[in-house]
Amino acid sequence: MTQTTWAYLSNNFVYSAMGVFALTFLVHAFETAWAVKVPAGTTDTQKMDYTKAEKAARIGTSLMILAFILLFGGVVSRGLANGHVPWGNMYEFSITGALAFTGAYLIALRKHDLRWLGLFVSLAALLTVGTAVTLLYRDSAPLVPALNSPWLIIHVIAAIISGGVFLFSNVIAGAYLYLDSRERGSGRPVWATRLPSLEVLDQLSYRLVAFVFPLWTFSVIAGAIWAESAWGRYWGWDPKETWAFITWVAYAAYLHARVTIGWKGRRAAWLCLFAGSTFLFNYVYVNVWGTGKHTYSGL
Amino acid sequence: MTIDKEVDLPEIGARGLARFAWRQLTSMRTALILLMLMAIASIPGSLLPQRNQNPMAVREYFENDPELAKWIDRFSGFDVFSAPWFSAIYILLFISLIGCVLPRTFEHLKLVRAKPPVTPKNLQKLQGYTTFAGQGDELTRAQEFFKKNHFRIRVQDGSISAEKGYLRESGNLLFHLSLILILVGVSIGSLFGMRGDAIIVTGERFINLATSYDSITYGKLTNERSLNTFSVRLNQFVAQYDPRTNSPLDYSAFVTTEDESGKLVERVIKVNSPLTFGSSRVYLQANGYAPVVTVRDEIGNVNFQGPVTFLPQDSNLRSIGSIKVPEASPQLGFVSSFVPTYQRDPEAGAVSVYPELLKPRLLFSIWEGDLGLDTGVPQSIYKIDTTTMTRIALDSLSPGERYEFTGGSITFEKVEPWINLAVVRDPGKSYSLIGGILALAGLLASLFGFRRRIWVRVLSDGQVEIAGLAKNNAAALDIQLEKFVGVLRGDK
Repeated sequence: MTQTTWAYLSNNFVYSAMGVFALTFLVHAFETAWAVKVPAGTTDTQKMDYTKAEKAARIGTSLMILAFILLFGGVVSRGLANGHVPWGNMYEFSITGALAFTGAYLIALRKHDLRWLGLFVSLAALLTVGTAVTLLYRDSAPLVPALNSPWLIIHVIAAIISGGVFLFSNVIAGAYLYLDSRERGSGRPVWATRLPSLEVLDQLSYRLVAFVFPLWTFSVIAGAIWAESAWGRYWGWDPKETWAFITWVAYAAYLHARVTIGWKGRRAAWLCLFAGSTFLFNYVYVNVWGTGKHTYSGL
Repeated sequence: MTIDKEVDLPEIGARGLARFAWRQLTSMRTALILLMLMAIASIPGSLLPQRNQNPMAVREYFENDPELAKWIDRFSGFDVFSAPWFSAIYILLFISLIGCVLPRTFEHLKLVRAKPPVTPKNLQKLQGYTTFAGQGDELTRAQEFFKKNHFRIRVQDGSISAEKGYLRESGNLLFHLSLILILVGVSIGSLFGMRGDAIIVTGERFINLATSYDSITYGKLTNERSLNTFSVRLNQFVAQYDPRTNSPLDYSAFVTTEDESGKLVERVIKVNSPLTFGSSRVYLQANGYAPVVTVRDEIGNVNFQGPVTFLPQDSNLRSIGSIKVPEASPQLGFVSSFVPTYQRDPEAGAVSVYPELLKPRLLFSIWEGDLGLDTGVPQSIYKIDTTTMTRIALDSLSPGERYEFTGGSITFEKVEPWINLAVVRDPGKSYSLIGGILALAGLLASLFGFRRRIWVRVLSDGQVEIAGLAKNNAAALDIQLEKFVGVLRGDK
């Protein structure tokens, strides 16, 4: 197959993945909003009828896996079209990032029943891929010489996986804050009654960060080694480097706050959200409006 | 009734105050706050243009809003990462980390060599308490198990305490000590390093001497005497572009190098593969075109001949430059632009539509008067100050063509590529690299290591008691206890 066919195939895969993400979102929306049957005159969570919700959740998960596979196909065929790993511009980072994010969700699903997050995960993936397709799309192109290095694979894959997991832990921290405020007020809404307890959410968002923080550290170190051979210095306070450092410090502070000072609950969740937002800022601001050595022509 | 008594304030004195300040500075909380402060302090450096990264943007800032720019500059806003306040945070963090981590390291070393604490009287309340009737040789077998699993043990009369898992604290300390090592590497680099840029045109040779550089900066504790001996001659520069997107595919500079021993070697420099000469590395940083021109006076004497480096303005390498001829009288200046693939655009004028030399063209206006080279004010080699000059002609040439004007002629001979070499010496980088790798190892150990104790006691009636204690990974201790109990009971 020629590179053009691969590129064409990749686009079709990505579009199909978008469609399936949209379907997943609808199914999870149904699961969340309507599928739980509440017998009249009761608020006892034990008596609610979850059969429909369970069925919807299973369909939602199957669709999510399908979307993941399609997006995976899209990323791989994009790489084949390029003749190099598909991490040369923001379109490619975004579709790979959505893939890592969905992957983090699906892997976490094997250990914890987090299908209630499917609504949010599918929406986030849909928006990310949608933005990539509409605003960030660039034709498949060769790598500029500065990116032509084996470090691209090592550095970028570590950064993308870290980003996906950081953002996923942010979603859980956000869910924690929402459920916590509902529990303090009128109690959990009906659809949220069978979600994990606050303690479980609190621990999960911490574990995700603790698991991926070394990977992020590695990504920064790998980036520094690459920068030394490409630009002649391993650290130059380039805007992207600066924000990577800020993200690193924010998560280091989060881990410290949890392990040494014993923070948990709301305060820890807010700190987690703050740290995650520095990562997002780095991705969006520095790539789109920033200057520096990490911005290559045409995003 | 009042008691008239002077309140006795404890004498703190200078020493006490210093000790108080030291304790404050070296507390973990202060170290954390300083780290956060360093992150916050680096934000303006990412939002404002920085002199060492983008001097043009800083100049633009001054032009657009001089008043604001002046104030920002007063607080080193355009040199954040070398600002006094940034250094202050960085140095305080450095001291705080040392003060925080070193005492803990000594304490930890003492602890590692100490024996585990004696077996508590009551094991029932501890984790995973198990008891069963023993056969009498449990303690010997327990000792074997502990030895095999690298526990430290204290054998007592009728019981053994075993402890393992200093990895967590060791990793934690290693991580923090490595951060110090990284900072040491950064400091060595900035004190003893150097960085310089030099432009060389095809056919030219760069010799590593201070005078060969277009710009050079030394670390605070080093100077031009530290430059080592080598030279690089550019034989050919090849740039490949993608015809679909005009974006560059590959840059290769074919060079002949000569090191201290005088051996000549043919080598290739690429963007991701620099040359190494001892402690210095040579990078390919930028490239462009240098039109070769000859300027003659009206009777044919050559007033100027040679390549003139032009500065690229866009991705298709439309470049600007200036040809200065101080030997002519009156002095001549050619305000020029060069396009590798010429096309006429109705609005923008001459543009380049491809970065390779498909249809090169040199466009210029000729100015006569005083170039201002003797004023002592440093001038850009790409620009001419034409305020005291008058324009006498305007034209454009293709390679091989000649243009005649009143008072002389200019011949556009050919075009040669130029490259910008960056020479960097950073003696601290290996420390930082080792620090980075050790930090990562320490981080993993501190996150995944866990400390636990196991006790085994044989009572006078032969009953065996086993229990454990884990600080942060109870589940993993349970697994190990189960295995241990299995071994003692003789389950295979």
